[in-house]
Amino acid sequence: MQQNKINDFGITISTVNGSGSATANNTIHKAISKMGIPVSARNIFPSNIQGLPTWYSIRVNEKGYLGRLEKDDILVCLNQAVVQDDIDRIVDGGLLIIDDKIKIDTKPTHLSIIQLPIDDILSCCDMPGNLKTYLANMVYVGVLAKVIGVNLDRITEALNQHFNNRTKAIEPNMEVVNAAFKWANENIGKDYGYALVSPDSMKERIVVDGNTAAALGALYGGLQHAAWYPITPATGIAETLNEYIPSIRFDNEKHETTCVVVQAEDELASIGMVVGAGWAGLRSMTATSGPGLCLMAEFLGLAYFAEVPLVVWDVQRVGPSTGLPTRTSQGDLAFAYNLSHGDTDFIILLPGSVKECFEFGWKSLDIAEKYQTPVVILSDLELGMNFWVSDPFDYPDKEIERGKVMWEKELDELIKKGVEWGRYLDVDKDNIPRRTVPGNLHPKASYFARGTGHDPFAHYSEDPDDWKENLDRLKRKIKGAVDDLPDSIEKKGRGETSIGIISFGSSDMAVTEVFDELNERGMFCDYLRIRSLPLGAEVRSFIEKHSTNFVVECNRDGQMKRILSMEYPEFAHRHIPVSKIDGLSLSAEWINTQISEQIKEGK
Amino acid sequence: MAATPFVSATSFTRDDYKGRPSTLCRGCGHNSISNMIISACYELEIPPEKFVKFSGIGCSSKSAAYFLERSFGFNGLHGRMPSLAEGALFADTSLKGFGISGDGDTANIGLSQFKHIARRNVPLVYIVENNGVYGLTKGQFSATAEKGLKLKRQGENPYLPVDIAMEAIAANASFVARSFAGDPKQVKELLKAAISHEGTAVLDIISPCVTFNNQDYSLHSYSWGKGHESPLHELSFIPPRDEITIDDFERGTTKEVTMHDGSVIVFKKLEREYDPTNRTEAIRMLEEAIRRNWLITGLLYVDPNTPNIYEMYSMGKEPLNRTPIEKLRPDRNSLRYINHSFS
Repeated sequence: MQQNKINDFGITISTVNGSGSATANNTIHKAISKMGIPVSARNIFPSNIQGLPTWYSIRVNEKGYLGRLEKDDILVCLNQAVVQDDIDRIVDGGLLIIDDKIKIDTKPTHLSIIQLPIDDILSCCDMPGNLKTYLANMVYVGVLAKVIGVNLDRITEALNQHFNNRTKAIEPNMEVVNAAFKWANENIGKDYGYALVSPDSMKERIVVDGNTAAALGALYGGLQHAAWYPITPATGIAETLNEYIPSIRFDNEKHETTCVVVQAEDELASIGMVVGAGWAGLRSMTATSGPGLCLMAEFLGLAYFAEVPLVVWDVQRVGPSTGLPTRTSQGDLAFAYNLSHGDTDFIILLPGSVKECFEFGWKSLDIAEKYQTPVVILSDLELGMNFWVSDPFDYPDKEIERGKVMWEKELDELIKKGVEWGRYLDVDKDNIPRRTVPGNLHPKASYFARGTGHDPFAHYSEDPDDWKENLDRLKRKIKGAVDDLPDSIEKKGRGETSIGIISFGSSDMAVTEVFDELNERGMFCDYLRIRSLPLGAEVRSFIEKHSTNFVVECNRDGQMKRILSMEYPEFAHRHIPVSKIDGLSLSAEWINTQISEQIKEGK
Repeated sequence: MAATPFVSATSFTRDDYKGRPSTLCRGCGHNSISNMIISACYELEIPPEKFVKFSGIGCSSKSAAYFLERSFGFNGLHGRMPSLAEGALFADTSLKGFGISGDGDTANIGLSQFKHIARRNVPLVYIVENNGVYGLTKGQFSATAEKGLKLKRQGENPYLPVDIAMEAIAANASFVARSFAGDPKQVKELLKAAISHEGTAVLDIISPCVTFNNQDYSLHSYSWGKGHESPLHELSFIPPRDEITIDDFERGTTKEVTMHDGSVIVFKKLEREYDPTNRTEAIRMLEEAIRRNWLITGLLYVDPNTPNIYEMYSMGKEPLNRTPIEKLRPDRNSLRYINHSFS
């Protein structure tokens, strides 16, 4: 069963949650990344603290494909409860590395097996008894180092980084890695065909999760206030804000912060705080997931109508209801686009990589303030909580843009020019009124914001013309924002084609791979990745050019497909949904099969 | 601060504190409270631009438009006035916040946000205009309506009431008062004390609804209030700049509480001893009032030294919403360092 798999294979580590395997898993993918080889890492975990099965999947791919694999080449099994299922997830000719205490009912014949005498290996190491469970996980690190060729120096570096150079923590871990490596050297004679080979030249790459990227983006975007409520999978965003504020947003001389983060009592309050702060002139955001977004809907309607800038990160998980709290989804798109009752339209940003999480993190605050409206960013658990290799984050290439905020001086100048000002009066004839914020002490600055019908001067009004003109202006305002939103990115296939693929967000990781593969096979297609709503003109022109468009997304109903059909009814028949939701991110293999079969059938 | 040329503290008239004309019913207790807010702010000589108003939904929340038109205001969502205020006040901590709410807005839909703002001690004068009834939806029981109250279309109220002052104290509020819209003098003194308090000041003001709940037997009516009001003390607010002349009061009959800004609240003893700085005593008094059917009024509890939310964060002297953009974006080097830490 010898095969050659260099820099292209998948490893899954199957453990029990709460057993402390995070350090070991993190060390492996970090060390591989430090070798200069593109790697991604996914944690498939239960909504539970301790005792249920959890899987950590690492994909190594030289071309940088990051999508989920349906089956693994190597599986490390440390969980008796799921061993049979785990065996079925290994490709033919693959490798099972298994704790020798685990019993297998029927010995598989389609793969090689390495039995790990974990207790024997640990008994050679000198360690405090209370650390034994945790350190046991380092055994498979040492064995994998031998089997696939992870460089031991890179493992040391990864551990140094993980433990912040604390020798006391690093040494016992490294001792186990070395002992396991030595055992493997002495006992595993066979070459299983897997290898990691560093490229000749290495450019700087980072490995990071989308939530960290999002929070950092916001902090470089001048975020001043955030309010949040704990929810999987969004919590990491708020926690990262708290982690970095002391070092990058704090004036140590004056002992003053420039960003305040409040943990609210629930999502009703967190969005209320964010609306209050945005109205009062602070760059403000919250991070939540589907259930939280449901609770926020009414306040977001108010913010849309009262024209309050703010940013909401929705790190999507599987719904409806509590759903699958720890599994990924792209199922909030339709809801987010038309949040709240009455007529609304929200600006939606759709990051497809950790780099875009950072970029949209700062850009969203500019967009929100420029257009005085909420911006919803749809990330998901796949992108937000997993680790992705990426080029380093780029420093913002644009000055912070705070929009039409008038302080005393600006308002005074306007009035002296004889221009009449009202909070919702379209002074500049661009549908974006000028705004003042509390603390502006000009006697003409104040106004009474409200969710009720109002005239251009923010006074209560039930006048039909006031209502209609105001709501129509809001529509034009959001439409006018489209040019400032991240545009869709088109990739051309290798030949003339009338077939298109349309996707967005984290599904891009798998779709990119499918797009390359189909074109290599001669099934030419072009690919459009949508990065924001409302849709830009480039989306329409892509659809015009392609008589068949496969719309790939991780939800049941094909929500983007529905939006496309609604926005361009004349082309509705051109869209074919390639969508499903089962808690796992879409794999390139599944998407490829769906599209290939339908192309063959001549659709 | 750059902005001061526009305001001069002494040049204001009472009219500068007025709002739009009220659209509430004639005789509504809320109008009387609005008037006292206007008077209290005017007499304290704080520029109207230094106030900011928040309200929820209901008759009470509408009233926020009927005073302080020169102040910013935000009429938000039902029961969620506190969260709006909590976010907005971070923008400029020198502003004085008014939160206007009602019994439905606070004790029904908003009970959670009410209790959480109190425990965070966000500086805000939190006024509950309490009439025991929903007015805008034409007369349903609210959570503060007494058990056994009969309303025209609703029949008899089967539930025990929520006591707003008791809830506030249980939530660790640092300033809790109860008053009666029919006693404007006390309302005004309490408002001044509340404005000077640097934390959440809860004022539960019985404010009769003349249209739906003003029957003589109703605990939220004018006549019941007038017949049963039992003030804990007579209180006077002395601003920091004024001297206290003790001759105004009989020796041994007063107690003073000095507020953070140097102002003093003087409590003159009436028929009973009452110490408004004793939390246990406040709870006992509220219990007794419930049992004996008293409408006790006055400052039930105050601790001027409870740390407020701003002291829990490192807020600068300049308002956060005036921070120049250069201070909002970390430099390039810091990002290089962060990128490197992920490599």
